Amino acid sequence: MKTEPRPNGIEVLGVSKNYGDFEALSDVTVTVPDGSMTALLGPSGSGKSTLLRTIAGLEVPNAGRVMISGEDQTRRPVRSRNVGFVFQHYAAFKHMTVFENVAFGPKVRKWPKAKVNSRVHELLDLVQLEGLAERYPSQLSGGQRQRMALARALAVDPKVLLLDEPFGALDAKVRKDLRTWLRRLHDEVHVTTIFVTHDQEEAMDIAEQIVVMNHGRVEQTGDATSLYESPKNDFVMSFVGEVNRVSGRLVRPHDLEILPVAADGTAEADIDRIVKLGFSARVEMMLAGNGGEIWSQLTTSELEALNLAEGQRIHVRPRAGVVTREDTGAIDAVVSEQAPDASHRPTPSTSGLPV
Amino acid sequence: MSDSRPYTRWALRYAALGYLFMLLLLPIAVILVNTFEDGIGAVIEAITTPDALAALRLSLLTVIIAVPLNTVFGIACALLMVRGKIRGKSVINALLDVPFAVSPVVIGLALILVYGSGGWFGADLAAIGIQVIFSTPGIVMAVIFVSLPFVAREVIPVLEEIGDDQEKAAETLGASSWQTLRRITLPSIRWGVSYGVVLTTARALGEFGAVSIVSGRISGQTETLPLFVQKQFETFNSVGAYSAAVVLAVLALATLLAMNLLRRKEQSD
Repeated sequence: MKTEPRPNGIEVLGVSKNYGDFEALSDVTVTVPDGSMTALLGPSGSGKSTLLRTIAGLEVPNAGRVMISGEDQTRRPVRSRNVGFVFQHYAAFKHMTVFENVAFGPKVRKWPKAKVNSRVHELLDLVQLEGLAERYPSQLSGGQRQRMALARALAVDPKVLLLDEPFGALDAKVRKDLRTWLRRLHDEVHVTTIFVTHDQEEAMDIAEQIVVMNHGRVEQTGDATSLYESPKNDFVMSFVGEVNRVSGRLVRPHDLEILPVAADGTAEADIDRIVKLGFSARVEMMLAGNGGEIWSQLTTSELEALNLAEGQRIHVRPRAGVVTREDTGAIDAVVSEQAPDASHRPTPSTSGLPV
Repeated sequence: MSDSRPYTRWALRYAALGYLFMLLLLPIAVILVNTFEDGIGAVIEAITTPDALAALRLSLLTVIIAVPLNTVFGIACALLMVRGKIRGKSVINALLDVPFAVSPVVIGLALILVYGSGGWFGADLAAIGIQVIFSTPGIVMAVIFVSLPFVAREVIPVLEEIGDDQEKAAETLGASSWQTLRRITLPSIRWGVSYGVVLTTARALGEFGAVSIVSGRISGQTETLPLFVQKQFETFNSVGAYSAAVVLAVLALATLLAMNLLRRKEQSD
């Protein structure tokens, strides 16, 4: 039996949005398969939040169309689009209890009381907040508030679920737990979901499709593997995954070959630090002539075979046959954008940039 | 730093207390003492004369009309200023302060110029049987004018602080503008509105200058409580003046107490 192609849950067709002279979105086209989970990934100011708000109807585009389940929604007001929207800072109704927050959508739709009650309890159960129904948002933790916002958005059976930086305001540990939980929740409820993030790991972890955005444009759309392995340009390459800048090329840390002697196409570097991380190891280097910090990722056995020492002068080049891209400087925007998240690893290409 | 200078601290503390005592507590205490000098019977007699009761009734009527009108206006104005996408917000903002900036006497005179018998609309209104000046409508208008900005001035910063995320969220959940206003916006600004209402009430009860110009001060008809106090004082009826003053003070204190309770409730929320 032939499987039918999945219909599109959301289609954004040639959407542009200006604020005066500033072009927040420029001819953006994105299609999201029904029931899938898509991430809009990009640095701040890339237009990803504006796109999400345009799909919800919170912004009206200057050109283009927004379709949900095949219906044109472009001119339809927010309240009749039936989208679930989770705001970056949750937008909890502070004067209402958790129960009342979740019941808000069903109540304004004038559902019968018994149906409202059962729906709210069903959702509080789903997001594991049953015991906290009578609490006020101020009495909840960040993660609990986020789950309440999610339950509130899901209460009215939305056709699509839109999440604006859903984990942005949470600390790292909660963030990771919650995103795994969100992925599982999505597998349960199967509602077409788009979330906005500037964290490539988050996007690659839970999204089936990733839309990489920059300066109001879509740079590339694809799954994590295709973005990582065949980036269309140096922006995508440096934003999805890590890169080094070597001799005018961008190269992934694990694609950087270390040689004890000079060879064809190598650049000179001095080893700063060698870090063994169990199976893998990281060699941090400084390119000769202040060419910037770079690092190579290799297995511990490879490292031992090379017999390297800190302070040693070595030679590096991209391994044969790997993806490299010409360095056009687009990476600088990425690095400065990601700087806060990048503190746990050496920032490879920050030469001359404030970190 | 303040620990090293105990004398300065003491001096400041007693200066503040002394100031409050001399200007606030002492006069009020003296009024109370003088009021009850001839016993409680005299006080009750003084505040139940027909003229006193009429003054109390007129003052309360003015409050009942002016406060709801200014509350609705204040909320609408604040919403327009903060959420509205309009030009000329700075003009509205400046106009909103006019009642604070202009002397109440000037406000009273201006009302006479517009609505008095020789004024712009006075003759036309008189022709259809409406007398504004030297009558209740003029008094209510004067009170509305002077107490206009309080609600808006209390609500504007609250609206700015809460932002519009909750309202947007309500919209995405399917709420109409009216549902959003009633279920989200108004509950969110309720404490700001409450302060505004209390301040408006206090001002409406106590207003003297503007009202004294437009009322004509006819005993038993166009005298509000503050005007009544003034007239009793002028006619050397000190018990009457003091007793009515105490009634006025009690009403004012009650509104301030209400405000304090609201503040406490808000903090516990």
